[in-house]
Order: sequence, then C-alpha cells, then structure tokens
Amino acid sequence: MDQHVIELEKLTKVYGDYTAVDQLSLMIRRGEIFGLLGPNGAGKSTTILMMMGLTEPTSGTVRVCGYDSTRNPLSVKQRVGYLPDDVGFYEELSGLENLLYTARLNKMSREMAVERATALLRRVGLEEASGKKAGTYSRGMRQRLGLADVLIKQPEVIILDEPTLGIDPEGVREFLQLIQELSRDEQITVLLSSHHLHQVQQICDRVGLFVGGRLLAVGTVSQLSQQLFAEEPFLIELHVQPGSTALYKKLLELPEVSRIERVDANRWRLSCTANIAPALTQLIVSSGEQLHSLTEKQYGLDEIYHRYFAGRDSDVRKMA
Amino acid sequence: MFEKWRNRNDAKVFHPFWVIVQKEVADHVHSWRFLILVGLLMLTCIGSLYTAMTTIRTAVPQDDSLNSFLFLKLFTVSDGTLPPFITFIGFLGPLLGIGMGFDAINAERNKGTLSRLISQPIYRDYVLNAKFTAALLVISVLLFGLGLLVMGLGLLAIGIPPSPEEFWRMIFFLLLSIVYIAFWLNLSILCSVRFKQAATSALSSIAVWIFFSVFFSLIIRLVANIAAPTEVATEETAVAYQQFIQNLSRLSPSQLFSDATTTMLTPSVRSLGPLTMEQIYGAIPSPLPLGQSLLLVWPQVTGLLAATLLCFALSYYLFMRQEIRSRS
Repeated sequence: MDQHVIELEKLTKVYGDYTAVDQLSLMIRRGEIFGLLGPNGAGKSTTILMMMGLTEPTSGTVRVCGYDSTRNPLSVKQRVGYLPDDVGFYEELSGLENLLYTARLNKMSREMAVERATALLRRVGLEEASGKKAGTYSRGMRQRLGLADVLIKQPEVIILDEPTLGIDPEGVREFLQLIQELSRDEQITVLLSSHHLHQVQQICDRVGLFVGGRLLAVGTVSQLSQQLFAEEPFLIELHVQPGSTALYKKLLELPEVSRIERVDANRWRLSCTANIAPALTQLIVSSGEQLHSLTEKQYGLDEIYHRYFAGRDSDVRKMA
Repeated sequence: MFEKWRNRNDAKVFHPFWVIVQKEVADHVHSWRFLILVGLLMLTCIGSLYTAMTTIRTAVPQDDSLNSFLFLKLFTVSDGTLPPFITFIGFLGPLLGIGMGFDAINAERNKGTLSRLISQPIYRDYVLNAKFTAALLVISVLLFGLGLLVMGLGLLAIGIPPSPEEFWRMIFFLLLSIVYIAFWLNLSILCSVRFKQAATSALSSIAVWIFFSVFFSLIIRLVANIAAPTEVATEETAVAYQQFIQNLSRLSPSQLFSDATTTMLTPSVRSLGPLTMEQIYGAIPSPLPLGQSLLLVWPQVTGLLAATLLCFALSYYLFMRQEIRSRS
C-alpha cells in the first residue's frame, strides 16, 4: 500500500505577481503528525487550500490519499477532514446540530450521525455544552467542536490550519494532547500548520519549515537543529557571580566555545561544538567565581526559527 | 405501522443536496427576515382585497355578466387609494426575492462556515443550487398560500365561484410571479457571491430593482422623445417607432412581468404590441381563451427565464472558481 498519504510535487501558486507557494515538494507518510511551520503569510494556508481542492494550483500536482485534489476533490474531501483557522459554526444551531449537519452531508443516516456525534462530543469534552447554541461557545470550545466536526466523517487524514490560535495555554496543551491521542488511537495522519513553534514541537513527528512560499528544511526537530546548527550543536547557559570580564575572556578562549551571548550581566549563553559542561564548571570555580547554575539547552524551534531569520538577513545584506 | 414507517425514515440517507435544502428552508422559516416579509405580504393581501371589495361593484359590466371574469377583477381593480394585488406583487416580489437571497453566500463566508461546508464531500454547485432551491420553495409555498387565501376570502366575500378558466388563470399568474421573483432571487444570489459584505450585496440588488422600477421608464421616455418621428411620418414608421420603444421597455424584467400578468388576469387584452385600425376592424370584442393568452405571454415568460438563467450562470461562473478562505 502507498505509504505516502500526501504528495505535493512542485506545487506553485501565484497571485498576480506575488508567488505565495513556490515549487513546493513534500511527502507525508501515513500515520505521522506533520507540522508545517512558518510565519504569517508564508503560504501555509494556501498550500492547505490546494490540498483540499479549495483553490487551484498555478502549476504542480497535489495528491492526497492517492487522489488528485484539483481534478477529484470529492474523493479527497471524503477522506480528509479540514479544520480551517478561525472555524465558524451556524450560531443559531446547537453544537450537536452543527455536527449532525456535517454528518448528514457525509451521507450518514440520522441514527448513525446522532450516535457518532454524541460519542465525539464526549471525546472532545463538550458533552454538557452539546445542546447549547454554537454562538455561545468560547474560542476553545469552538476549536474542540471543530475537531469533532472534522472527525465525524472518519477521515484518514486531518488537516488543521493554525489549530491553537487564540486558545489559552492550558487549552492548547489539552487540544494538542487530544490530537496526539487521536492520531495514535485511530491511525490518522495529521497535518497541522502553526507559527507557534514550541507547541508544534511537542507533538509533531516531523516538521517542515516554510518561509516565503518555500520549504527550507524538513525533518524531526533534532534533525533540523543538527542541520542548522552543525557547527555548534550545544547550548549551555551559565549563571555566574560576579561575572567578570576576565572570566568572559577566558571562556571565549576555550577552543570549543564559538560564541557567548550575554543574556544579562550574570547570565551567559555559550554556543559550543562539544558538551564541555564539566570543564566549564572547573574553570569557573578555579577562577574564584560562583557558579549558580549551569543548564544544557537543546535547540528548540524558536532558535531554529531565529537562526533562519538571522541567516536570511545576512543574505540580504550580502546582496546589498 | 407508524413504527415501521418511522424506522424506515430513520435509516434513510438523504442526498447531501437535499440535506442542504432542508437546512436552508429551516433557516428561512425561523428567521426574523422571513416573518417580516410574510407580514408585509399579508398586509398586501388584506389591503388589496379590501380595495377590490369596495370597487368591484362598479366593475361589474352591464351587458353580459357571464363572460366578464369578475373573479379575476379581485386581483386587478382598485379604488385608487391602494394598488391592486397584481401591482403589489410586482412591486413587493422583487423585495421578497432580494430579501431571501442577498446574503446567501457571503453570510456563510463571513461566519466562516463556507469553507467548512465546502470541505465536505459535496460539489460546490450544490451549495448554490440548494440555496436557490430552498428559497424558491419557500417563496412558492408563500405565494401560493397567499394567492389561494385571497381567492378564498374573495369567494366568501363576493359569493361568485371562479370558473375553471379563471382558476387556471390564477394559477398561471402565481407561477409567473414565482418566475419573476426567482429572477430577483438569482440576482441577489449573484450579488452575494460577488460582494463580500451582505450590506453591499443587498444595496446593489436594491439599486438594480429601483433602477428598473423607477428610472428605467424615465430613460425610455427620454429616448422616446429623442427618437420620435416627425409629424409627417408614414404609418409604417409610426408603428416601427412604437415597436422600438416597446422593445426597449421590455428590457426591464418588471415590464415583462407586468405585461405577462396583465394578460393573464385580464382576458380582454388581445395584444401587447401596437394594433392598427385594420387589425382591430372586424375583430369580435370578446376575451381571449386561456391558451391564446398563454401564447401571448410566452415571449415574456421566456425573457424572464432567460434573465434568471443569465444571473444563475454568472453566479455559477464566479463561485465555481472562487478561492474560499476561512473568513475572507
């Protein structure tokens, strides 16, 4: 069986003279959680719209579950659930009625629809609110109702566009956990887009970094950090007292330390080519300073992101 | 037995198209807008029935009362204070159509439900077709209800039952009105596809309506004055001129509608174009039979249907390839 559920090949979308998506090629495997990461306006939503057949690509092909989304959108829509960002519901209908409508559009009988909708509402924790009008739902509740709405057609793939936008941190945690559970339990492939890096980091198997319509890097978070931070894969944060300039110079002279960033007077962040935490401890203590803490940090997506933009800025400068 | 029927109904899977239609009809019926429009039409019925009652005595012809189509006069006569039913429908029908359709697509778009709806396994045109069908169903039921109500009340009041021909003329009149309202409905759906804001869409449909009901005749008069033949013109030029002006005015759907309904409800109307003396000479002054009246209004009906189809095709064209983002 085909292991790639989503296949994008040289996908391009041009609006006027603005290229939203530029020659995008991407494969997503069955059962994985893939995070599409990028700042606002990077072309994430446009890519998703093309996957759903809601807009036509200028060139290139999209295949989802083996079907061409442009030519055969109906077969794709039968198998793929899509949660748009800022999803809307019919406000005068209750949460349950909204779900029933979707279920019946998917050719379910009324009985089966009621059964599934009730089960899903329980699963997303909206059991008590199911009879309330959707207009009274909070943002977080709407998002959870949206997830139930996406799941009611028993999809193979779910695509979530900025699913965590505008939900409070606790809500985000619960929501992402729910997505993760669903993906594991029901073997659903999940594609989610976000610009909140650390949230995506928690649950994604792989991420794709998407900026300016192009995919810069694809891989697991650790692969990405290895790619981008090949020379200095270790980040150590020190809290030293009093933090003299002499010590600063001494540290900088170490061959493994490539640069030091001062967070404030006493907190320094060292980018190192190897893990030299024991050596650092010794050096600091021997030079008569107090070491309050030493933390080894892994590069998160925030750093990856930041690094990319720093790199891009320098590119621009070079060109100028 | 009921149990059995219910079970079968439960297991029945509706086609997605009819699911949308059901929901739309329910939405219409539950909306305030619909109640307001129904109220307005009810008042129309009562008002026009009242004026017809007060004047119908004078409308009874002295010579032969059998062939006078007195019953149809209920819809066409008036004492001058309130317009008759037929004029009311011609005037309020567009409002009904526009009111039912001006936010068909853009409201869903603004609420963020359109992208959710479209990402279900349905063809895009289902949305458009179902919205049109639902609104048309509601309008048809409403108009037939009101029309038959006026007939019933009129029957009670004047005590003369309609002849079969009068009844059929009424039915055709109601069908015509539905076609006419369907045109305005489609126009407003077109606007709702084109314009993102419901207010813009409503305003532009109303602008078209006002243009055709107020300014169009003014423009025609202007053109008529400019194009008027000189005094010494021959008979042919005069007739050609008349026909030209009439054809111009028939570009307006409301003119088509009033031509058609007048013919349907006033059987004595023999022609909608200019008649020369020779044509009238020797004609028996009797009302036209139903079939002939229908033939007479056929071009008008075709014109209305064509205009409806044109609007439909345009909204189709605009909607099918439109990009649907979550809330824009």
